[in-house]
Order: sequence, then C-alpha cells, then structure tokens
Amino acid sequence: MGVKVGVLALQGDVAEHITAFREALADRPGSSVIPVRKVADLVDLDALAIPGGESTTISRLMGKNGLYDPIAEFEGGIFATCAGMVLIADRVDDPRVRPLARIPMHVDRNAFGRQVDSREAMLEVAGLAEPFRAIFIRAPVATDVGPGVEVLARIPEGIVAVRSGRHMAFAFHPELGGDLRLHRIFLDGLGV
Amino acid sequence: MKLEELRFGTELIKRGFASMQKGGVIMDVVNAEQAQLAEEAGAVAVMALERVPADIRAAGGVARMADPQKIVEIIDAVSIPVMGKARIGHFVEAQILEALGVDMVDESEVLTPADEQFHIDKTRFSVPFVCGARNLGEALRRVNEGAAMIRTKGEAGTGNVVEAVRHMRAIMGEIRSLKGLSSQELVDRARDIEAPAELVIECANLGRLPVVNFSAGGIATPADAALMMQLGADGVFVGSGIFKSSNPEATARAIVEAVNHYDDAKVIAEVSRGLGDAMKGLDIHMLRAEEVLQTRGR
Repeated sequence: MGVKVGVLALQGDVAEHITAFREALADRPGSSVIPVRKVADLVDLDALAIPGGESTTISRLMGKNGLYDPIAEFEGGIFATCAGMVLIADRVDDPRVRPLARIPMHVDRNAFGRQVDSREAMLEVAGLAEPFRAIFIRAPVATDVGPGVEVLARIPEGIVAVRSGRHMAFAFHPELGGDLRLHRIFLDGLGV
Repeated sequence: MKLEELRFGTELIKRGFASMQKGGVIMDVVNAEQAQLAEEAGAVAVMALERVPADIRAAGGVARMADPQKIVEIIDAVSIPVMGKARIGHFVEAQILEALGVDMVDESEVLTPADEQFHIDKTRFSVPFVCGARNLGEALRRVNEGAAMIRTKGEAGTGNVVEAVRHMRAIMGEIRSLKGLSSQELVDRARDIEAPAELVIECANLGRLPVVNFSAGGIATPADAALMMQLGADGVFVGSGIFKSSNPEATARAIVEAVNHYDDAKVIAEVSRGLGDAMKGLDIHMLRAEEVLQTRGR
C-alpha cells in the first residue's frame, strides 16, 4: 500500500524534501508526496515533513495560516529537520518561536554560531551500520530530552538526532546529501 | 563523530544555506532597530547596509562596504542570518565581512565596483556568496566563480519593478530555450552566452539554475513581490521598498505574506489594503547611463 507524505511548504527547502521523499518512496506504488500550505492539505496524510528554513519565519507563518493546532494534533508521523527540529520540540531558547510540543525536548536555536561554523561531518547514528554524512547549517541542538525519547546521535555541542514514537527529528539535513537511509527508517516506522 | 572528518564551507553547505532562504524575504536594513523590525515581520534574513540603495543613489560618490561597527551592531540585534555587501572584485571587503561573521556576502553592483575585470574568486571562502545577474550567461559565470545563490539584478533603489521583471524573464526564458537541444547544441549555446558548457548542460537537465535564484532591484509592494514569485523567483530581496515606504512595519509584514501566498490573489489583495504610500520610485528611462547600476559587472 502507498504512503502519503506532506511537506510543510511555508518557507525553506521544501522542494528538496519533496524530491527526497519521492525517491525514498519510488519502490512503493500508490505513494504520493504533496506540499502542505493549508489545513485541508493535511487530510489523509500518513506523515508530515517539517523542512529546514528560518524557524522564526515558519513559526509565524504557521500561526498566520491556522496550521499550528492542526499540526500539533496531527496523527501521522513527523519528520523534522533543522528548523523543523526547533518547531517540533516542547521548549525552545527563543520566545519568538512557538514550538509544536510534539517531542519532549529542549532545543537551542543556532547552537553552532554563524554560517561559517556550519559543517559537514561523518556521524554515527544509532540503527545505521555505516556513518551518515550529516550537513549542519546554522543548526540547532537538543540539550535535554524527556522520557520515551530515543537519542540517535550526539556531537560535543549536544543531541542532533532523536526518535519519539513515529516522529524523528534531525539537527542536520538528510534531504540534502542524497543518502536516504534515515528517510527509509522513518517510513518503515510509520506502520502503513 | 570523527573530528578529523569535519568539513567547513563545502559547496553543499553554501548552497544548502541558500536553499534554507527559499520562499522568504530578505530585507535591507541600516541599523539594529530596523533589523529587529524586519525579523519581527518575518524576514528570513537581513542585509546590513550603511544606506539603502535609494540613498546610495542620492548620495553619489564611491559606495563601499558598510562600517564594520554597523554590521556587528546588526548581527548582535537579530537571530536570523545577516548578509553584507562587498564591492564587485573587492575580495578584502569580503574577507572582512567573513571575519565579522556575516552569514552570506553579496558581491553587489549597488556598490561602486573595485575591479572592472574580475569578480571575487568565491571558491576561496567558507562564507557563501550571492551575486547579481541579468541573464543566463552572467548567472552561470557567477556560479562558476563559486556563487551559492543568484539574484536577478533589477535596478536597485528605483522602486520600479520593470528591470527585475526583464531579468527574471530573460533567465527563465533562456533556460526554457535549452529544452530539447542536443549536447552539441548545448555546447554551442554555452559558447554564445560565454558560460561553462557543463553548467549550461546542468541547467538543461534541471530545467532551472543549479543554485537558488532570488529576485531583487525595484520591488516596492506586496504585488511586486508576488509578481516576481509567479515569474519563478525562489524568494525576494527588498531594498529601499520597505524603509522608504510611509509604513515600514505594515509593508514588511505584507510583503512576507504576499511571498508566502504569491498565487492567492485574495490574500495579496487583503494584505495590500491601507498600507499608505509605497516608495516614490524612479522612471528607468530618466536615469543617465552612469546612474544605471545593473550594467556593473558582467
């Protein structure tokens, strides 16, 4: 049976997420990947990706477009990267961001500093046999996680990959490097 | 994590940074207060300047990189990325901006060019660059020099969108015209537009530029911003259009909304109501040749 994935399309690297999920779902006939810009787009989705971008901007636009509550109550799995990891947390170090409180964790925005401190690193991720080429761009980190949250990867600055039920959040960008192993783990965990 | 395998400033990181700006509005600001207003309004980044382009035009003389003091003040005021402008070819201004911690350098024709032959070799920097372009050849020459983002030049500081439209239509049209060409014909086209053949072939395969393409130079209203998005821009730079309007805060918010809902005329109509006067604007045909900024750097 096919999987229906939506990508929150308010701001950020939406097209990259759509491309990556389409590729990861290529072997599952009947699957579809759509951009989500309004509440009606969330109907029947098995999963929602929250992309990278500016978390303050996306947070503001979620409120403006009436998407905050529907996503806070969304029943499918959520795949969140970078700004998405900030938004899916329940505590953020910045009052300008209103988080969705889907994963109990505290997140620091821009934990790496400026863009010149952005980096690529070969990262050990729990559940992957080989390291993952992680691309951190003005990335956040989680500083602590609540009960039931599985830490999949950490670096000296903090926690950079977590799983909580069907939700996964990454401080880096699995949608950019062409390696879809984390997408596949997420899709397998949906139970569709 | 293996520390020895850390890599900074790779193409993927530079272009990835630009990708995170997509669907957003980047606003010109000249002080910390304006930067905070832009951030509150939903800007994805701010461009830290000494003067907005309309005032650069009015002031005349040589326009240079902003005072580092001003850039630091703006960096400290906001959590969104801060960009800074360096003169075309002035790689030391770019080195200074990188050292100050700006997140992206704009090698900009709005400032007085420092080198009439060479642009900055942007591959030597960790910080990503955005460069202006009027057509596909210019855009791909800049990408070949290491630009991680292109912005169509338009005509900065005029509040007149006509040149922005011309340049966006030129690039989009030229990319469409590559469709169906044989590899031999693509190489021939590359020679015609003075661009590297491999980048022309990449554009043909992708059906778009290999990097993010924003619109700039003359956007003054929410309708202007939505027009550029419908013409294919990945996002917009708004320079003088916000802080030269009669109500900068409302104009900034309205332009962010219009970019987000660029294909929904009802929303654009709603956010455009009662904004007061847009910036006055200039007729492009009244500019003397030496006042035209877009011809700088080709």
